[in-house]
Amino acid sequence: MAGVAVSTTINGDNVEYLCQPDETLLDVLRDRLGLTGAKEGCGTGDCGACSIILDDRLVCSCLVLGAEAEGRRVETIEGMAHGDRLHPLQQKFLEHAALQCGICTPGFLMAAKDLLAKNPDPTEEEIRFGLAGNLCRCTGYDKIVRAVQDAANVMKGA
Amino acid sequence: MVEVTLWGSLGTAAGGKNKVDIEAKDIRELFRKLAEQYPGLEPWIDRGIAVSIDGVIYRDTWSKELPQGAEIFLLPRLAGG
Amino acid sequence: MNFDPRYLDRNFTSVGTRPIRPDGVDKVTGRARYGADFNMAGQLVGRVLRSPHAHATIRKIDTSKAEKLAGVKAVITAADLPDLTDGDAAMYDILDNCMARNKALYDGHAVAAVAAVDARTARQALKLIEVDYEVLPHVTDVDEAMKHSAPLINEATFTEGLEEKPVKPSNVTKRSQFGHGDVHQGFGHADFIVERSFKTEQTHQGYIEPHACVASVSSDGTADLWVCTQGHFVYRQHCAQLLGMEASKLRVTSSEIGGGFGGKTHVWAEPVALALSRKAGRPVKLVMTRDEVFRASGPTSATSIDIRIGARKDGTITAAEATLRYSSGPYAGTWAEIGAMTAFACYRLDNVKTVGYEVLVNRPKTAAYRAPSAPMAAFAVESAIDELAKEIGMDAVEFRIRNAAQEGTRSSYGPVYGPIGIGPTLEAVKNHPHMKAPLGKNQGRGMACGFWFNFGGQTCTDLNIGMDGSVSLAVGTVDVGGSRASLSLVAAEELGIAYEQVKAVVADTSSLGYNDMTDGSRGTFSSSMATISAARNAIKVLRERAAQMWDIPVDDVVWEKGHAIAKGEKHGNLGRLSLKEIATASGKTGGPIAGHSELVADGAGVSFATHICDIEVDPETGATRVLRYTVVQDAGKAVHPTYVEGQYQGGAAQGIGWALNEEYIYGKDGRLQNPGFLDYRIPVCSDLPMIDTQILEIPNPNHPYGVRGVGETSIVPPLAAIANAVSNAVGVRMTHIPMSPPRILAALEAEQAG
Repeated sequence: MAGVAVSTTINGDNVEYLCQPDETLLDVLRDRLGLTGAKEGCGTGDCGACSIILDDRLVCSCLVLGAEAEGRRVETIEGMAHGDRLHPLQQKFLEHAALQCGICTPGFLMAAKDLLAKNPDPTEEEIRFGLAGNLCRCTGYDKIVRAVQDAANVMKGA
Repeated sequence: MVEVTLWGSLGTAAGGKNKVDIEAKDIRELFRKLAEQYPGLEPWIDRGIAVSIDGVIYRDTWSKELPQGAEIFLLPRLAGG
Repeated sequence: MNFDPRYLDRNFTSVGTRPIRPDGVDKVTGRARYGADFNMAGQLVGRVLRSPHAHATIRKIDTSKAEKLAGVKAVITAADLPDLTDGDAAMYDILDNCMARNKALYDGHAVAAVAAVDARTARQALKLIEVDYEVLPHVTDVDEAMKHSAPLINEATFTEGLEEKPVKPSNVTKRSQFGHGDVHQGFGHADFIVERSFKTEQTHQGYIEPHACVASVSSDGTADLWVCTQGHFVYRQHCAQLLGMEASKLRVTSSEIGGGFGGKTHVWAEPVALALSRKAGRPVKLVMTRDEVFRASGPTSATSIDIRIGARKDGTITAAEATLRYSSGPYAGTWAEIGAMTAFACYRLDNVKTVGYEVLVNRPKTAAYRAPSAPMAAFAVESAIDELAKEIGMDAVEFRIRNAAQEGTRSSYGPVYGPIGIGPTLEAVKNHPHMKAPLGKNQGRGMACGFWFNFGGQTCTDLNIGMDGSVSLAVGTVDVGGSRASLSLVAAEELGIAYEQVKAVVADTSSLGYNDMTDGSRGTFSSSMATISAARNAIKVLRERAAQMWDIPVDDVVWEKGHAIAKGEKHGNLGRLSLKEIATASGKTGGPIAGHSELVADGAGVSFATHICDIEVDPETGATRVLRYTVVQDAGKAVHPTYVEGQYQGGAAQGIGWALNEEYIYGKDGRLQNPGFLDYRIPVCSDLPMIDTQILEIPNPNHPYGVRGVGETSIVPPLAAIANAVSNAVGVRMTHIPMSPPRILAALEAEQAG
């Protein structure tokens, strides 16, 4: 099968790659570009571990084709911190121990970032529904919700 | 001499006894003598038996001494998550 | 090695604080490398062909077409993984589970595998492998499998543990029995007796990271394996034995692990990846899909349990009896045995008898799942206890307090307890504000207790002190939920230095001595014991070096708060030497400074928890909502309290999923109907409330800091606590887990009709 040439922006950088027409964006990120922060937990859009932001919209990158990134803006976990300065969400996830094994963490951080961009002052219920597309098997979500609440407060004050 | 209590299934393998008296100073000697006196227990020992001494469970410390008068109880060696 | 593990009361400086974990930044920036995040030059993609049949004889496998496909570098079957297990039945079962020999024993059983240049080619190659199956009758239900008419899964199975060896084979591999006293007599003294049967369905550990590894076998017989595992030393032993390699020539590196909960305690696809790499002469990466994870790894047992408990009017239990049947998949297990041991462990009983039956079924090989076997037994027992309290007219908590085990009680599984926490957790629950909070319409409150043994085991730790006074701690227990932070705290505590001066890593199998895996809640218990021992050994060296630097006898040097201090008036003006000063001078005082330890960490303290939950039931639909949840558990000593809370909350959430939603659903054809997260629904964020925790600290006398394991017990009470809450909300006793809306609705309709 002939490859598709794609030109896109990932975390602010211009990136060009060749991919197969049936190849997912998740596979492109992980296998072609070495961006392994997005994880494959299911490959069917059920777990959210591969969450990324595509043109300001939260998506499961396992449900997006690599070819669909043409001309668009892709944000992944690798672009969340500014240099050595962590994003407030990243910092609060650490402080609240909102991760145990950490495999779901990149997806949760992308989902939480998208949530706070659209709703800077969410209630607990809005956080819970906003993050309901991401599965975590370790934490029971308690500390994740608290970390997002705390980060929202910090970001409002900033 | 220490008195050793066997759990139900192990007792069956020891010919229906649930308590045996053994002259043994530590867990290693206990297992050796159990296997000598009750050959039916040998496969169980090979598969793994834990020893409770006064309520503390030892799975691997075969050098652990068996104090006189201690409560000695044999248990299956378990799997965990 | 003279290490004294006994508990000594002390004031802690580092232990009990809540610093940020050393592996944290990598995990929030996407840099942490898990099983599937590792790659090698020239690696191939491995894929496994799995049986679509629940039970079938494999007549013939023709791989010739697949081998001819361009880009395919190796195709293997059971013939490439010959039986080298030398009579070790448990290892043979693991081998047969990795790659079916004569029969496929469940939907998803591996029958062949390929390694190809890319995933697409590998997938195509699988389609070209022709397997000639003779489909056999199958059985997937635990009760059905025990019937005489059931299809036999293994014709060589004769039930063990019976007084007389059976003459006919069956699907029951073993009967086990525990207890003491005379239950017949005990029931004779009872004023009230509750007798009920319960069922629980099979669940999966549900780790978000599928099994993944990269295997690289060289032509000189050495090999490397990168893998997500709960025990890389155990994986090395298993793989070496199954492939006929020397263990020391196989280096296994444990990646970050994306959840295990018992499911990553024995090998699944790793020997297959190694065999593919050996045949292809190139590295092979093998990652399971989610469908494969559900169909062919994990899960826990499905169970069927009968309970009978009797009590006097005054609330004293006079006798308790349980018969427990646990499915173990198609291979022998000891799951019912563990259920039989744990069932009544919370109570002080004069007359108790439990009998367990291990049952073969055409389902995946049962693996440990967090306090394996205990949650189902607790569900049955704690439901019956609640019912009995009601019949007597006693409060459920008071009834339990009256009958709770305590120090000196003979446990239902045999030994006499030392200091334990069941009574204190019950008292804490009794006084908890949650118990007094008002409830609304269709809402119910339930509580339940749980027990788990906790393990120790073989452990090895290296503590190396750098020239700049910083400390590297190499441990061999895989970090599944923050143990590198806990162990750094322990090293800092013992050495008397700051947490930030310590960096803990998980060493690979070639860099450290053997360690048992992280299971049985043993990670922090065992490795902290080994870390304390290693630190004490290092302190001995530090004192010797300080003595040299001062030119005084080592006996005059003591170690306090991270410094060597010369004791005695004659050394009055020597001042003190910091760890850093001694380390900086080490090149001139005898070379590097380190402390090592190799030990068996036995004496893990048993653990108890009591949970409370409030549930609302919609009587129209049978849907449930968890309104409030509280966990009270004894930790012995909470080294890093935040991660202890995390264990409590995580176990509770898994238990909630098990109680209300999760189950393996098999069709009549013996195929798993819901091998994905859409249809096997684990709790999501919007399903749960905050989960409150209360940590009790009743020191374990067999650990220097009093630590007990904390990882598993929290999954034991939820099934029963929720069942009791649902029953209290709707007035119908729920006896089948999960309590999914259709089951609750059916129970309500049966009650109305009845």
